[in-house]
Amino acid sequence: MIRLSRLGILLALLTPVALLAGPAVSGAVDRQAINWPAVYMFLVFVLATLSITYWAARRTYSAKDFYTAGGGITGFQNGLAISGDFMSAASFLGITGLIFASGYDGLIYSIGFLVGWPVIMFLIAEQIRNLGKFTFADVSCYRFSQTQIRTMAAVSSLVVVAFYLIAQMVGAGKLIQLLFGLEYWMAVVTVGLLMMIYVIFGGMTATTWVQITKAVLLLSGASFMAYAALSAFDFSPEAMFRQAVEIHPEGLAIMAPGSLVTDPINAISLGLALMFGTAGLPHILMRFFTVPDAKEARKSVFYATGFIGYFYILMFIIGFAAIVLLAQHPEFFRPEALAADGAVLKDQLIKGLNGGTNMVAIRLAEAVGGDLFLGFISAVAFATILAVVAGLTLAGASAISHDLYANVIARGRSNEGTEIRISKIATFCLGLLAIALGISFESQNVAFMVGLAFAVAASANFTVLVTSIFWRKMTTRGALAGGVVGLISAVVLTVLSKAVWGDVLGHTAMVGGNEVSVGLIGLNNPAIIAMPLSFFFIWIVSLLDNSPRAQQERLAFEAQHVRCETGIGAEGAASH
Amino acid sequence: MQQDSVDAIKAQPQYQKLVRSRRRFAWTLTALILIIYFGFILTIAFVPTVLGTPVAPGAVTTIGIPIGVLIIVSAFVLTGVFVFRANGRFDALTRAIQEDLE
Repeated sequence: MIRLSRLGILLALLTPVALLAGPAVSGAVDRQAINWPAVYMFLVFVLATLSITYWAARRTYSAKDFYTAGGGITGFQNGLAISGDFMSAASFLGITGLIFASGYDGLIYSIGFLVGWPVIMFLIAEQIRNLGKFTFADVSCYRFSQTQIRTMAAVSSLVVVAFYLIAQMVGAGKLIQLLFGLEYWMAVVTVGLLMMIYVIFGGMTATTWVQITKAVLLLSGASFMAYAALSAFDFSPEAMFRQAVEIHPEGLAIMAPGSLVTDPINAISLGLALMFGTAGLPHILMRFFTVPDAKEARKSVFYATGFIGYFYILMFIIGFAAIVLLAQHPEFFRPEALAADGAVLKDQLIKGLNGGTNMVAIRLAEAVGGDLFLGFISAVAFATILAVVAGLTLAGASAISHDLYANVIARGRSNEGTEIRISKIATFCLGLLAIALGISFESQNVAFMVGLAFAVAASANFTVLVTSIFWRKMTTRGALAGGVVGLISAVVLTVLSKAVWGDVLGHTAMVGGNEVSVGLIGLNNPAIIAMPLSFFFIWIVSLLDNSPRAQQERLAFEAQHVRCETGIGAEGAASH
Repeated sequence: MQQDSVDAIKAQPQYQKLVRSRRRFAWTLTALILIIYFGFILTIAFVPTVLGTPVAPGAVTTIGIPIGVLIIVSAFVLTGVFVFRANGRFDALTRAIQEDLE
């Protein structure tokens, strides 16, 4: 049982920004009493973000303002905003819950999320800043057919955004039910409406500053929690680990890798998706256009890596400290988890926690900081969802207005006013769609969606992007073949995997006398097949392409390469 | 960009030096982080007990914990090394190329 629920957490955690799964959030959630301090603090956050939006709206006129906050965000600010996109409710609640339940395995996940950043820095951050304008599709199709490659990049962006958004909305609804005691549909509608207001009126400026505000709140709150928790052990990690091992039902096993990563193929496949998926997420890549030049793009990755790494170390401390500190609070546990003397039963420490392991960080906030701090942390968790959803929606709207409308349908002849209007309409429609899907997927198992979003990002967005930057001989046909093959194989393999074939479509088998859900294939993440397939098709189709256009595209690589390396001619660059 | 200025830039020794040294540097660091990360993942997949060794006799803390923290720190340090080199040497070369063009 425990193993199955861990697998749920594992799948949900495939994305840093996704909301939680695990027993509490993937199933029905008991509604809690309304948590007033949390509601008040959340209202303060909403008022603050609406003022930011009002301020941002008065400086959002051009398309550049709308998509990239005018290009005037500094490297430090962008680093905070990027880390905000990453330090999601999933990282905060999901990883602390995972560490609480299985110890060291949680650290393995944190590391997977972090190591994508150096790759982004070394291979694509300044390159896309130098080549692109508003979206990563600008870079993918720099020297290729605007119609075909841009359409493909926009479609795979929208696929990533759509799956992400559904998972977010469902997670948001359930989490907010737990934290605030609001009805599921009210939570989903609140998130949808606020996100639409931020993006429609304040564009990227509002989205970025909401994300920065939240990142600062979350980092401060988590720092305080880790500090307060460590002080209970006189700041000795060894003392904390020793007590945790004594209390935890799995004992010493929590100090070493456990059951999460076992067979090498799945381990590598997951590693590939985590590492390169990050480098193909449209809402993350879009942030590199908000800084003035390649130098600031570089700095933003450096700061982001620092903040995210620091945050994951805090999560590790919080998760381990919670094992010891929550056991001292029987009121956090279900009645059946307690012994006659009122103490928490050892084997009930994980299963008996009221609200499930996703509530570990929230309960620890209450244990170390009382009601007020509990309210603060709950409000920050809600704010986290809002900020992430807003960034995703903006990325989706840009794929529609900048890529599909302005460059494919209007073939670059649209005017800026129309393009902005289209993007606002797109935001409105995406918002309504997100609310509708969020409500209709309430009782569905959405854990696979974030894994799928990451797999598509790695196997369709990243492969085409990185090859178009570095490989001279690539052609439109090659890009199209590789992108389509990557997208389709990632989707098909996910459907055949256990998360969809077994858990969603209900195919089961008898294993050792128990009925368990199974996939048609044993692979949990498609990246190890879909990524190489995509690269292979880019390579072979480009090499076989001898059309006159292909010749021109190869010649055009020179100019692209010079701009990519020097930044001469880049959007908004200071060069002349 | 005009084709003749592309050709002019390509012909500059500084440009060739920039492209060569940055490419070598970026791919070396990429290889390094890949080795670190997949080394870690494969250790977990094949010999998980290694990471469960105590840091000292009688200690509860296992070497997996400092190793995990070190990987997080190394990701940060590697990005820092790249920024340092890029903001110094690579940007100086880029500026020289731009000035030459004028």
